[in-house]
Amino acid sequence: MTPGYTPVAKALHWLMAVLLLGLLALGFIMTDLPLSPQKLQLYSWHKWAGVTAFLLVLVRLAWRTTYRPPPLPDHMPKMMQLAAHAGHALLYLLMIAIPLSGWLMSSAKGFQTVWFGVLPIPDLVGKNKELGDVLQAVHETLNLFFVVVLIGHVGAALKHHLIDRDDVLTRMLPVRSTEK
Amino acid sequence: MKPMILALTLAAVLPWSARAAEYRQVRADQSAITFAYQQMGVILDGKFSRFTAQLNFDPTRPEAAKATVEIDLASIDTGSTEGDQEVAGKTWFNTQAFPTARFETRSVKALGDHRYEAAGQLTIKGKTQDVVIPATFAAQGQTGVFEGRFTLRRGDFAIGEGAWAKFDVVANEVQIQFRITANSGE
Repeated sequence: MTPGYTPVAKALHWLMAVLLLGLLALGFIMTDLPLSPQKLQLYSWHKWAGVTAFLLVLVRLAWRTTYRPPPLPDHMPKMMQLAAHAGHALLYLLMIAIPLSGWLMSSAKGFQTVWFGVLPIPDLVGKNKELGDVLQAVHETLNLFFVVVLIGHVGAALKHHLIDRDDVLTRMLPVRSTEK
Repeated sequence: MKPMILALTLAAVLPWSARAAEYRQVRADQSAITFAYQQMGVILDGKFSRFTAQLNFDPTRPEAAKATVEIDLASIDTGSTEGDQEVAGKTWFNTQAFPTARFETRSVKALGDHRYEAAGQLTIKGKTQDVVIPATFAAQGQTGVFEGRFTLRRGDFAIGEGAWAKFDVVANEVQIQFRITANSGE
């Protein structure tokens, strides 16, 4: 058995997994809804959750610099190890870029983000319709890309568990599986 | 001799210009009507780009002043196309049936220090309410600028019915802000 993740790292991983899947689902659903109070409410919730996810990823990166994740199993070829690291780097990059693009889009569209309806998040750019439309396209594209990378992430974890039969997946579970 | 001529000219012109200092020619390009409201704690603003105003205002006789402002509600800019289309609909302004909002003064009161209060009737969507609108007036030569803001409750005018009638997402209070520029004389 390789050394595991810290409970904090696991908690952050699963908290963000739930949060990000919720954000993705909400994002795809709410944009197709006709304008209604409910739609505006969902947009606000999406933005509040997005700010939360952005802060969590910063906490997670800070944690990661202090408590390094366990190494990848030795049986993995160098190329695969490199691919795994690149994949994780990409996930982190997107977890930062996506909320940033959403934040900028909100500002450009003139709808400031007020975290939980209480804390106003400063507008980094002024109201600008053209810029808002560009940022909306950026936000959407990044999310579609994120979905693809996430499928790769889950697929890789399952491959480790089902084909390689190593502990790469189980070592991230809240309680390490003991049935094998 | 020149200062003398100037003084004489001024003396000749001043009484006339004092009589004629009635501001009545509204400069649409230098006037604006904007609004602000809260949506789930977020302050949003917008504007109306088309409106007409008729006014007669003589600073020496403010109580005789009259003003009528009509806003073309379809000219609203809420900040998003989706929003503009929505508020034109039946549950909001119903601009097909009620294309304009209208304010007409009943009385104007001078509060001193260039501040005034215009009491009048505001009609939106077929509903009329008495409102008191505070405004300041500043004149620079032939140009006078009225500025002010007041708060209306959209519920009083049925602006936002049905699902929008609750104020939990879009607040009841809407702050209206205006700047009307008018010229005096011909």
